[in-house]
Amino acid sequence: MSDLVGVVPSPGKQPVDSILEEVDTVAVRFAGDSGDGMQLTGTQFTNASAVLGNDVSTLPDFPAEIRAPAGTLAGVSGFQVSISSHDIYTPGDAPQVLVAMNPAALKANLPDLEPEGTIIVNSDNFTPPNLKKAGYDSNPVEDDSLRGHQVIAVPISTLNRNALEDIEGLSNKEKDRCQNFFALGLTFWMYDRTLDTTLKWIQEKFERRPEVAEANARALKAGYHYGETTEAFRHRCRVPRMTVQPGTYRKLTGNEAMALGLVTAARRAGQTLFYGSYPITPASDILHELAAMKNFDVRTFQAEDEIAAMGAVIGAAFGGAFAVTGTSGPGICLKSEAMNLAVALELPMVIIDVQRGGPSTGLPTKTEQTDLLQVMFGRNGESPMPVLAPCAPADCFTMAIEAFRLAVRAMHPVVVLSDGYLANSSEPWRIPDPEELPAIEVRHRTDPEGFFPYIRDEETLARPWVLPGTPGLEHRIGGLGKQDVTGYVSYDPQDHEHMVKIQAEKVARLANAIPEQPVFGPEKGDLLVVGWGSTFGAIRSAVMDAQSAGKSVAHAHIRYLNPFPRNLGEVLSRYRQVLVAEMNLGQLAMLLNVRYARRVTQLNKVQGRPFKIAEILRKINEIVR
Amino acid sequence: MTDTVQRPTASLTRKDFVSNQEVRWCPGCGDYSILAQMQKVLPELGIPREKIVFISGIGCSSRFPYYMNTYGIHSIHGRAPTLATGLACVHPDLSIWVVTGDGDGLSIGGNHLLHCLRRNVDINILLFNNRIYGLTKGQYSPTSRPGHKTKSSPMGTIEQSFNSLSVALGAEGTFVARAVDVHTKQLAYVLKRAAEHKGTSFVEICQTCIVFNPHEWDYVTDADVKDDSTLMLEHGQPMIFGKNHDKGIRLNGLKPEVVSLGSGVTEANLLVHDEFAEDPTLAHLLSRMGPPNFPTPVGIFRCVEKPTYSELMLGQVEEMTRQRGAGDLVKLYRQADIWVVNEASEGNGR
Ligand code: SF4
Repeated sequence: MSDLVGVVPSPGKQPVDSILEEVDTVAVRFAGDSGDGMQLTGTQFTNASAVLGNDVSTLPDFPAEIRAPAGTLAGVSGFQVSISSHDIYTPGDAPQVLVAMNPAALKANLPDLEPEGTIIVNSDNFTPPNLKKAGYDSNPVEDDSLRGHQVIAVPISTLNRNALEDIEGLSNKEKDRCQNFFALGLTFWMYDRTLDTTLKWIQEKFERRPEVAEANARALKAGYHYGETTEAFRHRCRVPRMTVQPGTYRKLTGNEAMALGLVTAARRAGQTLFYGSYPITPASDILHELAAMKNFDVRTFQAEDEIAAMGAVIGAAFGGAFAVTGTSGPGICLKSEAMNLAVALELPMVIIDVQRGGPSTGLPTKTEQTDLLQVMFGRNGESPMPVLAPCAPADCFTMAIEAFRLAVRAMHPVVVLSDGYLANSSEPWRIPDPEELPAIEVRHRTDPEGFFPYIRDEETLARPWVLPGTPGLEHRIGGLGKQDVTGYVSYDPQDHEHMVKIQAEKVARLANAIPEQPVFGPEKGDLLVVGWGSTFGAIRSAVMDAQSAGKSVAHAHIRYLNPFPRNLGEVLSRYRQVLVAEMNLGQLAMLLNVRYARRVTQLNKVQGRPFKIAEILRKINEIVR
Repeated sequence: MTDTVQRPTASLTRKDFVSNQEVRWCPGCGDYSILAQMQKVLPELGIPREKIVFISGIGCSSRFPYYMNTYGIHSIHGRAPTLATGLACVHPDLSIWVVTGDGDGLSIGGNHLLHCLRRNVDINILLFNNRIYGLTKGQYSPTSRPGHKTKSSPMGTIEQSFNSLSVALGAEGTFVARAVDVHTKQLAYVLKRAAEHKGTSFVEICQTCIVFNPHEWDYVTDADVKDDSTLMLEHGQPMIFGKNHDKGIRLNGLKPEVVSLGSGVTEANLLVHDEFAEDPTLAHLLSRMGPPNFPTPVGIFRCVEKPTYSELMLGQVEEMTRQRGAGDLVKLYRQADIWVVNEASEGNGR
């Protein structure tokens, strides 16, 4: 504890003896005003835990408004992190600890807390005006309404001010902005985390403002020391490190993973990466990430609108780049017209849809899986679209590369469906050796002999990818009906039907290039739980729980949604019942019904929030008694 | 579609740019003349054929790429500038032409046109202005004159029309010009200058839709009146027009006025054209001139040098590469808090 010498949070107190209990998994939620720095606090707690060798899984939850009125329910920002000594797949159903910086944060998050969970509040903020803003008639910390919970009221604002009292050159307002680090320090004490990772981060982040670095570091240590000297925090927990595959790890979010995957695909293929996009929540971070990777021959284009972003991507693909756009559902609505042109032109490109709550503007910062049918069918004419769906934040890396592999193979656009949850939540990622990742082979035709723009590869049915600038291969392509092979404009009925069929067949043949559908659990049995996208963690955990209870339940998570893996129909037929759990009203269920004539049971949730493990388990238990 | 005839650039002729597709505009359409001039001018530019790309949207004018034996995309309504922008970003060495119309470019695609100009993407935009929707058979367009009676405006349009050159100048266009479909020599000259300009070149071509708006441009095309109703812009020259070269444009305060030469007014009193003026005020003033009180200026209104979008984009790519070195994925993956797990162990794996 030598690094804490000199910090005197509450004069006169000595460290009290504490009990350290080992636990497996714990989930903590930090909540406060959107200006309180809760995202940062949660991230720091996550990083410190990851570095200690825990598995981590996070769920940020922030308001759509950047600065909703302070102290109101609309302005509450939260960050939940689960840390574990074994593999975890979700940030936990219900946190065991809630850190609430004000009454609104308490009110908004209390319903999620475990029945006997601990609540730490900043009692300084529980003033009559703040209570009123949150809609409390009386102070819940003082009346009996929180019975059952362990409530620890800490005057964080006062303690923080005291600890920073003699720091020169900072206003009281600036000092108050360190309160979140006081709270963080306290949780570091409670869960026996070292302060090192965060102290290092503070030094780097505030390198140019040493007084701010000093204030944050002191607040962090003061919080830790307060825990050490306060009776209420005698009971501490430690989550031991988990045993994992050796390697170098980092933590990454789905959006970070997506950006890394895209740039990796382009680099490994030796191509320019072109990212054309219009800012939209929750996809914008991909644009930000890539804009900072220009030294990888990445060209980012912030377009005037969603339509222009998609158009520019088509132009870049025509020019031979690895071209990609990222957006969310409302952006897909606008891009549909140009996506359809991309289908007609048969050019390779990737379209990332980070889904959010809809319809229309909907819930910009919340998660949902409601764009599946839109990307499958939301275009005029017969317009087949390959669709992939990563199942976890780090899987976005893999699927971004897969998307380009398939796009280039078929000379066709490919959609990747991420969602707000994947985009913003994070998990540890074992850093791969880029040399060991698949290199996508790109061939640009240069031979004029026998060339036609829609002459097709016999196996894949792909047309040649010709770079403008290649002598002798000048040709025109367009959105009008055309004849196969020559590409000549044609309204001939036979030509048209042939073209529609061959494009459908081309996409269907991608099934030959994707893995078979794996199943987790028994090869046949009572129930197969099927999901796609970000529901992976909750479904996998629930299925594991059901399996431990002796039930014959398996899990199939579909990452290739169009075409489906070639064995999927057969997999579905091996179980007496199929349960499809998805965050919509049954979009995958509908596709499975139509494709395999398989009746399925549905579990649907459309609340802008991920499934809880318990919700899925309850349904499993209803079906398999 | 492809024609695999290959010739060295030096000996390219008009025919090398003629595709094997049958041209399907209405007989007498102004588009024929524009196509012919384009095919005549291209061999003179010294650009290899394979480096030329035509991109269009939807409308009569947008059939243009099919008739050019170059690379080409016939895209979707109004979006051609977006495709051209993406292509220019990854292939700055190409000569990219966008062919659009008053509906395609100023109505459904207005937004893209503005932003393309503002960014100064190195492409050439030819806007065929016939002040009508031809392909959809005769509705008014955003450049139709107020009161124009069409199928969709039987009592006359109630809309203010766009002045396409003012729009282009307002959007910070660095090359803004006007030509007339049947004034072939002047059209060829403007096309050449547009091709040579670095950055977005915007050319409005007054084009006659013989079917739905046949008399729209009579005042600039009819031999009898055209000399009195057009003003040929020439850099560094006083603005003189009229069949007898006896009329000129003089500036009176902030307003231009038409004056007759002689009786005390000399060339020295007239406004002198300056294409290269950094300030777009003169160009804007010219763009506002037209009937009934003024001749319609034809030629190059503005031609100024500014960095192009792809130059700036590639400049940043180079700058970051210089600062950080060529991208290394191994390092990139490690730009975060990392931790190392050494001992092999069982674990649940992932
Ligand atoms: S409709 Fe008008 S613009 Fe279109 S091809 Fe015919 S004459 Fe030309």
